[in-house]
Amino acid sequence: MASTRLREPAPVRWALRLVAVVYVFLLVLWPVSLVVKYTFADGMTALTSALSDPDVTAALKLTAVVALSAVAINLVFGVWMSILLVRYDFWGKRALSALIDLPLSVSPVVVGLALVLAYNPRTGLFGTRLDAAGVQVIFSTPGMIMATAFVALPLVIREVVPVLSEIGDEQEQASRSLGANAAQTFRRITLPSIKWAVVYGLVLTLARSLGEFGAVKVVSGNIVQQTQTATLVVESKYQGFDQDAAYATAFILATASVICIVVVSLLRPKEES
Amino acid sequence: MSIEIKDVNKNFGDFVALRDVSLNIPTGQLTALLGPSGGGKSTLLRIVAGLESADSGTVMIEGKDATRLPPQKRNVGFVFQHYAAFKHMSVAKNVAFGLEIRKRSKAETKRRVEELLELVHLSQFAHRLPSQLSGGQRQRMALARALAVEPTVLLLDEPFGALDAKVRKELRDWLRRLHDEVHVTTVFVTHDQEEALEVADEIVVINDGRIEQIGSPDELYDRPANDFVMGFLGPVTRLSGALIRPHDIDVFTSGSVGGAVPGEVTRLLRVGFETRLTVQPSGSAGAKGSGGSGAGEVPAPGREDDVTVVLTRSHAREMDLDVGSRVWLAPNRGATMMPVVRAV
Amino acid sequence: MTTTTVPAGSARKRRSGGTRSLSGPSSLGLGVAVLWFSLLVLIPLALVVTTALSGGIRGFIDTITSPQTLSAVELTVVQAFLVTLLNIVMGTVIAWVLVRDRFWGKRILDVAIDIPFALPTIVAGLVLLSLYGPRSPLGVDVANTRASVFLALAFVTLPFIVRTVQPVLEELEADVEEASASLGASRLTTFRRIILPSLVPAIAAGAALSFARGISEYGSLVLLSGNLPNRTEVVSVRVLTYIENGNPASAAAAATLMLIVALAVIVALDVIQRRVARRG
Repeated sequence: MASTRLREPAPVRWALRLVAVVYVFLLVLWPVSLVVKYTFADGMTALTSALSDPDVTAALKLTAVVALSAVAINLVFGVWMSILLVRYDFWGKRALSALIDLPLSVSPVVVGLALVLAYNPRTGLFGTRLDAAGVQVIFSTPGMIMATAFVALPLVIREVVPVLSEIGDEQEQASRSLGANAAQTFRRITLPSIKWAVVYGLVLTLARSLGEFGAVKVVSGNIVQQTQTATLVVESKYQGFDQDAAYATAFILATASVICIVVVSLLRPKEES
Repeated sequence: MSIEIKDVNKNFGDFVALRDVSLNIPTGQLTALLGPSGGGKSTLLRIVAGLESADSGTVMIEGKDATRLPPQKRNVGFVFQHYAAFKHMSVAKNVAFGLEIRKRSKAETKRRVEELLELVHLSQFAHRLPSQLSGGQRQRMALARALAVEPTVLLLDEPFGALDAKVRKELRDWLRRLHDEVHVTTVFVTHDQEEALEVADEIVVINDGRIEQIGSPDELYDRPANDFVMGFLGPVTRLSGALIRPHDIDVFTSGSVGGAVPGEVTRLLRVGFETRLTVQPSGSAGAKGSGGSGAGEVPAPGREDDVTVVLTRSHAREMDLDVGSRVWLAPNRGATMMPVVRAV
Repeated sequence: MTTTTVPAGSARKRRSGGTRSLSGPSSLGLGVAVLWFSLLVLIPLALVVTTALSGGIRGFIDTITSPQTLSAVELTVVQAFLVTLLNIVMGTVIAWVLVRDRFWGKRILDVAIDIPFALPTIVAGLVLLSLYGPRSPLGVDVANTRASVFLALAFVTLPFIVRTVQPVLEELEADVEEASASLGASRLTTFRRIILPSLVPAIAAGAALSFARGISEYGSLVLLSGNLPNRTEVVSVRVLTYIENGNPASAAAAATLMLIVALAVIVALDVIQRRVARRG
């Protein structure tokens, strides 16, 4: 930090502070606290009745299954891809690396559309063949898992790649010179060194997966209790004038994401040490 | 007097960086602030620049009280250890910065920038970015930038610390020659005593927040005020309870000289044109501890009263010295000696 | 979450990590990874483009220029652009306050910035409705208006510029600001001529992400904007309507438009990154 003699004059400092705090308060903090307030307006009744509503519980279960599956897929793909991108050289590496960021900029509705075009049982490029084999992707859980994995795809990679680059591969070289094969080196040297970055990426992936809405809506057909995730249930309850259930479910989802953020912010110092 | 510092105190929390420091720096002189890391010399320099403020005391620059002035108003040029180059600006724009702030005309700015780039031999790099320059070149650019506004005083904070040894030596000479040409009052901070001895007109030794001694390089080396200064400015060893320079000890191969200390050579090392002997005095207590040490070096493992002697290679060969030789040691006539007060 | 918006292709500090060329087993591994990526991402997205052109170029243009779609595009682009401008200012201010200032509650501010990124978008819509909808304690009701689009986009894009600028501000070397001061520059001049230029790439990267997100946003607008055709309907809603009406070609056409924007953003990010690396 620059010497303390080089600071903005106090009024400027206070003005900036005020602007930042007021903006974030009006945009984020107050609205979020209101959701909490509405959820508990009648004490626990909104939450308990929501949790005993079969639509809601089915949706929560489905969300859990879909999110955890997407996290598992992206764990494997993410770590694997990161290693390939950082430790190896191959034709098309730069293009691949840039394309991996694509899911972050693509609209979730477009994601849903893309998957439907590819996997729908009537006209889909792969869908027709899969349907013949009895595998249903669209309007079913596998499609929802794919959609969720799609949108969260870059998250693990973006955390692991910088860490892998910064560590360098000297330790891995040392391991190989001492006789370890690739799998042993990976398990004992590489994986521990990227441990926190991976965990970090997974928590972000989980938050994103729990919250996915647009892509899943298109892909799932939004069939109540069968292909309706928690986010979709919030919409349908609100539009069905069951505001209490909508707010309660929203509260549950919001709590889950805030827990994710808090975990992440506690983990960051560990990652950096 | 260009800079007058009076009774300056500075604490960082519990740590006392400067204690009642007073110092006068004459106009046009090249002064070194020399001392070990953490001793307070950088802090003092930054207080003069206005980048830190003293807890108490005053700073006068060319007769004007600068104690409360912000750095912008002090007209001091400052050169940083890691260059502080403006990365997004070309070399020429970097040098022009101070002039543009002072709203000089475009023509005048251009002229002055060319003049300075010429002075520091960077004219052909005028349109390059700092990232395209070597460390030494970046520091020369930083110097040109600081000199562009014709500062009253030029301050350099360990200017060559980030450069490798060869470049450091080159830039040292270069700074000296620059000063001889430009004659701006210059103060630079260093922990390298060789640098201070080679470059400065006057050296101020600062240790533990206090000034130990002020003087010319010769004065400090030959007439140190205390054992710290003696130990910091050059190699020291102990003989008969006094600190002495290893090259100021005469070696005899017979005991005929009165008062000479007898001993045995336990180690012999030839480095370049020097031969370094470690001599264990006879009848020594044999306590394990540190032997003689070079300036600022960690004492080599050895016995507490081992004496380090430095001779020329040919002289040592002449006397046929080797490990195990019996020798007698006596201080050279005119050697600087200092009774031991505290551990060096 | 400062690293969530750093592109996968960059590293904070690139060390000389040796790279090896592919051997047999790792080639296979790359093949499997690329296959999965193609099946999940590349091929489906390519299908969007081909489906868009299945009615020929004529069909594509007709869809894009139909009045309802044009109105949606105009709404989306204008609002995303305006929000990005707002974020450039607010994002930089917030990043500055988070890095350079110290006050009680700063940690809360820091965590609050991440909420829009982690919160499910449908929940975001509900959250904004509670303060800016029919039940608003402030008496401000923007539901079903164009302003609601602006509001929702401001909410979901809040973190982007903050999180790209923050690490750059943290890494800024103090001595450069001191050098500027010693040369006579006031604090404002130092900010304008020394600090801001070094932030511009980070701001640009965050702005690109903010714009891309703004264009593609869906969930938070569903409940808040009412999706009124020609008034508060954004492009993503348009695409959904086309899908629900069994018109995949038109849906794909509008979607392709959005994909072009997404690709442009990625290219822009890559270019910015390379320029910064050159400057060193």
